[in-house]
Amino acid sequence: MELHQMGVAELSAGLRNKDFSAVELSSTLLQRLRQAQDSLNACITISEEPGLEQARAADQRRAQGDSAPLLGIPLAHKDIFCTRGQRTTCGSKMLAEFVSPYDATVVQRFQKAGMVTLGKLNMDEFAMGSSNETSFFGAVRNPWDLTRVPGGSSGGSAAALAARLLPAATGTDTGGSIRQPAAFCGVTGLKPTYGRVSRYGMIAFASSLDQGGPMARSAADCALLMDVMAGHDPLDSTSHPQAAGRFSAALGRSVKGLRIGVPEEFFGEGLDPEVAQAVQEAIQWYVREGAEIRPVHLPNNVHAVSTYYVLAPAEASSNLSRFDGIRYSHRSGSAVDLQDLYLLSRYEGFGPEVRRRILVGSYVLSAGYYDAYYRKAQQLRALIREDFRRAFAEVDVIMGPTTPTPAFALGAKSADPVAMYLADIYTIAVNLAGIPALSLPCGFSKAGLPIGLQIMGNYFADELILGLGDAYQRDSDWHQQEPGWEEQ
Amino acid sequence: MSMAWEVVIGLEVHVQLNTRSKIFCACSTAFGAEPNAHTCPVCLAMPGALPVLNEAAVDKAIAFGLAIGAELNHRSVFARKNYFYPDLPKGYQISQYEIPIVGRGHLDVLLPDGSEKRINITRAHLEEDAGKSLHEAYAGESGIDLNRAGTPLLEIVSEPDMRSAVEAVAYLKKLHALVRYLDISDGNMQEGSFRCDANVSLRRPSEPFGTRAEIKNLNSFRFLEKAISYEILRQQDILEAGGKVVQETRLFDANHGETRSMRSKEEANDYRYFPDPDLLPLQLEEKRIERVRVALPELPDARKARFIEQYGLPVYDAAVLTAARELADYYEIVATGQDAKLAANWVMGELLGALNKAGLEIDSCPVAAEELRQLLARIADQTISGKIAKEIFEILFAEGGSVDAIIDARGLRQITDSSAIVAMIDEIIQKNPQQAADYRAGKEKLFGFFVGQVMKASQGKANPDQVNALLRERLQAQ
Repeated sequence: MELHQMGVAELSAGLRNKDFSAVELSSTLLQRLRQAQDSLNACITISEEPGLEQARAADQRRAQGDSAPLLGIPLAHKDIFCTRGQRTTCGSKMLAEFVSPYDATVVQRFQKAGMVTLGKLNMDEFAMGSSNETSFFGAVRNPWDLTRVPGGSSGGSAAALAARLLPAATGTDTGGSIRQPAAFCGVTGLKPTYGRVSRYGMIAFASSLDQGGPMARSAADCALLMDVMAGHDPLDSTSHPQAAGRFSAALGRSVKGLRIGVPEEFFGEGLDPEVAQAVQEAIQWYVREGAEIRPVHLPNNVHAVSTYYVLAPAEASSNLSRFDGIRYSHRSGSAVDLQDLYLLSRYEGFGPEVRRRILVGSYVLSAGYYDAYYRKAQQLRALIREDFRRAFAEVDVIMGPTTPTPAFALGAKSADPVAMYLADIYTIAVNLAGIPALSLPCGFSKAGLPIGLQIMGNYFADELILGLGDAYQRDSDWHQQEPGWEEQ
Repeated sequence: MSMAWEVVIGLEVHVQLNTRSKIFCACSTAFGAEPNAHTCPVCLAMPGALPVLNEAAVDKAIAFGLAIGAELNHRSVFARKNYFYPDLPKGYQISQYEIPIVGRGHLDVLLPDGSEKRINITRAHLEEDAGKSLHEAYAGESGIDLNRAGTPLLEIVSEPDMRSAVEAVAYLKKLHALVRYLDISDGNMQEGSFRCDANVSLRRPSEPFGTRAEIKNLNSFRFLEKAISYEILRQQDILEAGGKVVQETRLFDANHGETRSMRSKEEANDYRYFPDPDLLPLQLEEKRIERVRVALPELPDARKARFIEQYGLPVYDAAVLTAARELADYYEIVATGQDAKLAANWVMGELLGALNKAGLEIDSCPVAAEELRQLLARIADQTISGKIAKEIFEILFAEGGSVDAIIDARGLRQITDSSAIVAMIDEIIQKNPQQAADYRAGKEKLFGFFVGQVMKASQGKANPDQVNALLRERLQAQ
């Protein structure tokens, strides 16, 4: 197996056995990142020198006897995580020149663990999108079919992992932004329980929904990343006091006696039959291993998308107010007064999808509409949360498809926002409830596109769903398939 | 003004809480640093930065709530008030909207005519201050100083219970004294630590409230009084000419003593308040409230009652002396071991008079309370007379020093040696034989003349009681 094909666990063993050095590993991957840029556009920034510098430091630490499990393993961050001294763009012209004076907590934690940051990954502008086409730095292409989208908003992370440019990446998930691209690109991604991963330094889209999480090529690798990534952060008031966990230690569990809820709402109209079949077969694997299936109902899931598209834009409209052209963000050169400076800087700095959501969000919060939209959506959110509470009284996990279809063609939905929003129909309720969910590969369509299985757990069941994903991956090889993007 | 109009006033007071660090980050709140020296990613609103609530600010809000007998909300919610302004880096202010930390309470206010009035307080909530825009010193440009951005404020909103500018000032003064007593604010009005917006309207008695104008950012008691007085006349002129008062925000121009329109209701922002998802609702446990309650200092009303009881002071004296915590502290040092009423007379008379004349506040008084107490002790032990004491006080106030050193250095010790006083008296009688004869012939009024002459000869140092007794004796004897 070549270096770039190895996952986090194999690389960790290789580095420990001194089969190769962190510098060799990073050099190899940096070269691949550079080479893939033209076909995939997965990166916004490739950090050559700082990356190699960190790799040298990791080798030095190892020479001094440090044996931290992730020491010397490369990763790249979704460009939504602030990195000191290196630009952080959030996929927007607004921050195209922004260099953060501080590191996000997540960035800091991985650095402390000795991981090597090789760059910043492409994403939908301010994480608003499901196809990675809203990025100011251009669309990312799906390594399985370069005419298709990788999903979004963590599209750069998913594409880079699928194309074997990186063994690990960070993502963020507000309505499916880790799970949907993971499904489209055939990789594994976890949206953790809200509050387990610090949001400090992670540029906010919708604060009550945003959650950072690991993306890798297996659930076991995601667990290794979560060991470092999760933990209480006093700088984030929504961080949970018991956020930390021993994720990799919880792997290797039996499936016997597991109660799996399968909601009929996730298998209705609009679901591609190929996706339905692959997901059902994966669920049957668990049944064969001793799990039992119980029907559950999530009756309010039908309201999830509309609830989300009130609450997320409302929070976003306020979160994005700080990008005003006064301090660090894009400032229009043609403004004549203060009002103009605001209007022009924001008009020029934000793309159309971001502007649309700011408008929607401002509208639903405005005097006279607040009760009809924002307050009503909060009530629906409580009902959706209640659906899950009731379901998890009966079952241990809920399984279903991550997305209704495999990856769609570039440009296919960019003119129709509502069609685009419906790509997240199975992922959004999870964010509204704050529960964890994992997406992992469970098959391919006839056209050769990956299909994702989604496993949802109760609050703080992150360890359980990672363990279930890992059990499946020990007996399947969907996650080991490699796309042939280099030949396309 | 015409008797037909009733004035209705409500005040919104912004009190800067004297915590060491800002309300949502660890930056210092110290005043007067270089622009933007006290900033960090949080108060600069860098992308990704998040607020963390300063618990000391919460304790200060609890202390205030307890002091005004308010209902404390065991669950209160921080909300975002959204608007664009260059000195508001996040594009929203974190405040409290639907559920504030402090609910209904009240303050009993002593009016100048000696009567007391209860002013109800609607609510008090925690919020962050904005930065400052600097327009001078930058030709054609504006600077932004974000040192103040994120400083904790307690906004205290009264009911429209005040009926005159005098009542409004009395309420504001009482509130000012209270926050100083509680040590939750330095109350510095010049630096903007204590500032007030006044809502003023007129109505015919027993009719519904009239349309109000809000006068922003009044930072002295005098400005509050002047702004309200001006506003009353302005609205009265409009109403009596058959016009309508417009609901608007007005600014007080101290140079011209008038209020000017800033923006009308139609131009007002829609702040799009909503709960801040970055902060959890603030939960107050009974244990915490109790901890703050136990640590509360003696409050003005309780102290006033104690002054009446313990020192036997008249109500008026007790009220004046307890109006400010520093003054009450000062008085209690002076009164220790001394005649309490005499101490009150000195503090309220000589001391406050001198401070007032010099334009000083009690906390910058040049005479230490211990020195004033020593001065009273020297009167009591007859080292000096009351008249000499006033001279010494003036020296202390102007030049500093200690009472005993001044008495010795300037030879001000009282003469109590009878033979020395008799010698002076005899000499004066000798020099004024005609007056002495007239006195003996029954011209009693001349006694005062002789007292004056003796005091003059002794440079005021002769003990007045002894002078009286000995003079009468010697005048009779000859």
